[in-house]
Amino acid sequence: MASKTVLFNKHLESKAKMVDFHGWEMPINYGSQIEEHHAVRQDAGMFDVSHMTVVDVTGNDACAFLRKLLANDVAKLTVPGKALYGGMLDENAGIIDDLITYYLSDTHYRVVVNSATRDKDLTWINKQAAAFDVVVTERPELAMIAVQGPNAKAKAAQVFSADQNAALEGMKPFFGVQSGSLFIATTGYTGEAGYEIIVPEAEAEALWQALLDTGVKPCGLGARDTLRLEAGMNLYGQDMDESINPLAANMGWTVAWEPSERDFIGRAALTEIKAAGTQKLVGLVMEEKGVLRHDMPVFFTDAEGVEHQGVITSGSFSPTLGYSIAMARVPSGIGATAEVEMRKKRVTVKVIAPSFVRNGKQAF
Amino acid sequence: MSTIPADLKYASSHEWIRQEDDGSYTVGITEHAQELLGDMVFVELPEVGDTVTAGEDCAVAESVKAASDIYAPISGEVIAVNEALEDSPELVNSDAYGDGWFFRVMPSDESEVDSLLDADGYQEVIDEE
Repeated sequence: MASKTVLFNKHLESKAKMVDFHGWEMPINYGSQIEEHHAVRQDAGMFDVSHMTVVDVTGNDACAFLRKLLANDVAKLTVPGKALYGGMLDENAGIIDDLITYYLSDTHYRVVVNSATRDKDLTWINKQAAAFDVVVTERPELAMIAVQGPNAKAKAAQVFSADQNAALEGMKPFFGVQSGSLFIATTGYTGEAGYEIIVPEAEAEALWQALLDTGVKPCGLGARDTLRLEAGMNLYGQDMDESINPLAANMGWTVAWEPSERDFIGRAALTEIKAAGTQKLVGLVMEEKGVLRHDMPVFFTDAEGVEHQGVITSGSFSPTLGYSIAMARVPSGIGATAEVEMRKKRVTVKVIAPSFVRNGKQAF
Repeated sequence: MSTIPADLKYASSHEWIRQEDDGSYTVGITEHAQELLGDMVFVELPEVGDTVTAGEDCAVAESVKAASDIYAPISGEVIAVNEALEDSPELVNSDAYGDGWFFRVMPSDESEVDSLLDADGYQEVIDEE
């Protein structure tokens, strides 16, 4: 029996088509995934992301522990509320999960991890925590709603209290603040402005309804996937997993190599991988008819005439651009074009850095 | 669940046909099929003048979710295609039995029509899935 979030009945009220998503019954769409996609790019949409796992790390060693646990360096976080994205690696530099860490105080950090990886994440975090003076607390009583789009902040402001709006005044991207019962963060997974709101389960339905009443459109996992792909954001389990190092997942920017004495888990292995060279994650664009899809092979020929092969990790139709886009893991040395084998033919595609749409506009 | 029009004939691969006044048959995919596929993004149609054979793939419906072959329910010559799908593939989602039609075939063997399913027969196919 799949788990249900506290918003399950709200989804049914909005005529959601529910699917099993890694053990959670979640909305895939509420009628049209493409309409939901456009709502986020042009107006405001919201997602139930209550299946994600909120973990609080508290204690005297909270900072030291997370500096060991994560490839990015939480010591960079000095302003309360500031957030940091990055990978949690194993000893071989394989990505156990990608996550966001919020700095709340020197003795309190909040980590939000993927739902599909919850069990192994918690096992790993608790195992590593044993050597530190920290307490790791999962917060299953918290639900989470992401409100995204050019009008998302204005619409959410109609729902927040005066205190909450004051607390959000001038807040920059990638910050979070606790105000009243809500933890409100300027983060997201769409490439648009907006908030991710952590809310006590008892209040989640009322918050969802209030946002609906301001005209925020409910959006399912289908739109969430095309939006994040357009934004060039990775999906764990698809674009990377434990067999992939962050340098091969376009996450090199999240690895903090300095200070050099910080011995984060996976550092030694990743140092060797970096020296030896590794694959990379690129963006593909195909303007002709057809849709690039997960697992399709990608080919290119290097200057010596040798053919190399990679694979599409995520591919879809881009509703904003009107043609297909993809992310692909390929050997380094790929040029400006490549060929994708699809439905028994090879099609030439453009190779770009994996960012397709930002703030409603083409980004390449 | 949507109702299945009683005046059409169906293939178990989820295409429908409708007889037109000139003796040709219009072909599309069912409401059930479009629901399964989700938002349509491209439709590849045969060309006018092509000969299609019953049971063979002759078009592709590509949705956000998957590319799906469309099979000719009957054999014959393609006499028209729905060019509106070029710019508006979503017509397949919004009006599967009407504006979302795919192509029109002049049958070469009318008896093939008899071997297709009626609405009840098609309902059974869906129920068994």
